[in-house]
Amino acid sequence: MSIAAADVQHTDDQHGPAKGWRRWVYATNHKDIGTMYLVLSLIMFLVGGLMALVIRTELMTPGLQFVQPDFFNQMTTMHALVMVFGAVMPAFVGLANWMIPMMIGAPDMALPRLNNWSFWILPVAFSILISTLFMPGGAPASGWTMYPPLVLQTGNAFPYLIFSVHLLGISSIMGAINIIVTIVNLRTAEMSLLKMPMFVWTWLITAYLLIAVMPVLAGAVTMLLTDQFFGTSFFLAAGGGDPVMFQHIFWFFGHPEVYIMILPAFGVVSEIIPTFARKPLFGHDSMVYAASSIAFLSFIVWAHHMFTVGMPLSGQLFFMFATMLIAVPTGVKVFNWTATMWRGAMTFETPMLFSLAFLFLFTIGGFSGLMLAIVPSDIQYHDSYFVVAHFHYVLVPGSIFAIMAAVYYWLPKWTGRMYNEKLGKLHFWLSTVFVNVTFFPMHFLGLAGMPRRIPDYSTQFADFNAIASIGAIGFGLSQLLFVYVVVHCVRHNGAQASGEVWDSPKGLEWTLPSPAPYHTFDEPPRVADGAAFS
Amino acid sequence: MTGRARANCGGYILRAENKRNQNDAQLYANTLRQLTGPQGEKSMIRKLSLSVFGLLGASGAGAEWALNMPRGVTELSTETYELHMLVFYWCCAIAVVVFGAMIYSLFRHRKSKGAAPAKFSHSMTAEVIWTVIPIIILLVMAVPSAETLIRLEDSRKPDLTIVITAYQWKWHYEYQGKDVAFFSTLSRTSRDARRKNSGIDPFTVDNYLLDVDRPLIVPQGAKVRLLLTSNDVVHSWWVPDFAIKKDAIPGFMNETWFRPEIVGVFRGQCAELCGMDHGYMPIVVEVVEQDAFQAWLASEKDGAAKFAATD
Repeated sequence: MSIAAADVQHTDDQHGPAKGWRRWVYATNHKDIGTMYLVLSLIMFLVGGLMALVIRTELMTPGLQFVQPDFFNQMTTMHALVMVFGAVMPAFVGLANWMIPMMIGAPDMALPRLNNWSFWILPVAFSILISTLFMPGGAPASGWTMYPPLVLQTGNAFPYLIFSVHLLGISSIMGAINIIVTIVNLRTAEMSLLKMPMFVWTWLITAYLLIAVMPVLAGAVTMLLTDQFFGTSFFLAAGGGDPVMFQHIFWFFGHPEVYIMILPAFGVVSEIIPTFARKPLFGHDSMVYAASSIAFLSFIVWAHHMFTVGMPLSGQLFFMFATMLIAVPTGVKVFNWTATMWRGAMTFETPMLFSLAFLFLFTIGGFSGLMLAIVPSDIQYHDSYFVVAHFHYVLVPGSIFAIMAAVYYWLPKWTGRMYNEKLGKLHFWLSTVFVNVTFFPMHFLGLAGMPRRIPDYSTQFADFNAIASIGAIGFGLSQLLFVYVVVHCVRHNGAQASGEVWDSPKGLEWTLPSPAPYHTFDEPPRVADGAAFS
Repeated sequence: MTGRARANCGGYILRAENKRNQNDAQLYANTLRQLTGPQGEKSMIRKLSLSVFGLLGASGAGAEWALNMPRGVTELSTETYELHMLVFYWCCAIAVVVFGAMIYSLFRHRKSKGAAPAKFSHSMTAEVIWTVIPIIILLVMAVPSAETLIRLEDSRKPDLTIVITAYQWKWHYEYQGKDVAFFSTLSRTSRDARRKNSGIDPFTVDNYLLDVDRPLIVPQGAKVRLLLTSNDVVHSWWVPDFAIKKDAIPGFMNETWFRPEIVGVFRGQCAELCGMDHGYMPIVVEVVEQDAFQAWLASEKDGAAKFAATD
């Protein structure tokens, strides 16, 4: 690697981390904050997973065996909120915190104290959200989409739901501001925008999406709050309001939100595949343009979540065509990844395996996404298990697999130790088999007519539900193996990792020793050849 | 469309295996409630083993194994089904090409086979090709989709209009201008069995959770327009065999329509989460011949009049 001062002379003894709890509570170091985000995400992933298992256990056989319908609805609602806001989003912010400064040659995030604040809001928000399970009337049970008027029937939990969503939004906005400021201002001199690694690029775009839509969500839930407590009628038909308007506002947030959860995953996979194919990413610039096009289109397709609410024909046609267009830049990305692998010299370590599963299974989710764009068929698919299958394919083997790939890929850099490759591969195969056993049959259930969010079902749906439940339990147990592998590695039980870790990977993070010192790039690295960046 | 088409229908109706070989036309001419027999009392284990064979064997092995969207019983539901299959086949074709390339690469271009990495990292030609070809494929899909959608939205000149008002958790049907209106709720047998640990095996209940006390009755071949609204929260009226799903929203009057081509009993459910008993507000529609419908309507009016007189 042609890096002039690759071995940066660090003076890490200048000051190390604070001792004890102060290190974490007062944290301003991007690595510490990144670690806290990732740990929180893992905890929330397990909590949300437990809720999913309550759902799948109840759905194992027809008839109600374990929970009441109302608690079932609380579980579906909380599972979604915890997974979206607690598992997927913080994981990507954690990866951004750890990796972006190291990838662009910055000493830290641009706004370290804001960084601390945006993390520490999260445990508070989730404590509030999860505490609603123990309140009179139980947790919110209206679905994570919080459609009025149903959401207004929530018990004591209602204001806590709104408040926690506000906090989550504030945290996301602050995190996004920090990431944009860092990327725009702290890049090392030779790194022009188009030389940035894809992970940095996709996060830059994601951060703009976050700033654009989180305030919209905050506005929507604030209107719910005033409708409930202050006599307004934004969404109440009886007072002249419009319940459908909430859905429009929510999905104006909600559709970019799904790209917020997938664009950083694109970035991760775009880092990993070139490393293990030993070949540069194919079409770096067109990947940037494709991600930007996806981000732009995400703002003009929201009503495809609402084809059954009764829109004018022209509106339905517009949203159908706009949605179909998203297939084009998404296709470009998949084709470019394939071209990156093409005539490479591939090896299949755990991060590569997860990235490959991402490539195949996310594409399946993309296919069902294209099917869902077609309005007449969408009228059949809408609110059925087909939709559940679709978005779990893009979120679990999509976002979550990319997060796991990223953890395996960068864990040796973080800890200085290799994880156990055998167990990593075992975790991969178990996860990949069970994720398909869980979610593939849901396509059939939806097509056969099973609505989503029901605690019990007619007997003709019994077989596929039983299979999905068995898969879910298997998938849940497999993740304990992931926890074991990570903890084992973090506790310095693996082989010593070299600075490069893998076979000549590109990127500034690999010029640092493993584990990465507490402070890195106090001086911007001098890079002779810009191609070394990504 | 004749009764024969029913053999291809998935959806909700007539899952019981023993029905498959009967004369369909005769079966559907019989419009009344006892039409749908018990679904069998197979044990879970046996069902699972059957299902494995169903998966490995042929798709037609068991009627219980609906893998696909029903073709349905209206012209538009058939069109919707064909649209669904069109896009599905395109996806399969794309999958063969893309996954084929990936899998070929995975096996050929691996280090363990001594592959040396190539150096190329872009190609304008390739990028243009895989931008333009998807656009063309999308246009091929967009045209028939738009056509079907335009026909779906044309609810003019209905033969019959029914106002549906959704409640937590039941449906109210009102035949506009006919003086006939009633509520439709989950049937007693399902209601008993649905309770937590009720001790009643759902497999012993006819059409568990998909049966109602009073079905909606509509005439065969008529263009039935539905006007939907809600009394409380948002609900959604969905019958897969008619390929219609429309939200019932408080303060709104939504409109949709269907023209059932054959007689029979068709089942659906509320599709939009509407609270605690969202899973327990099924929809049952009986399509009967014109004469039978008129007779039924008259008897309903009679009944209503007598009821009013005694009141």
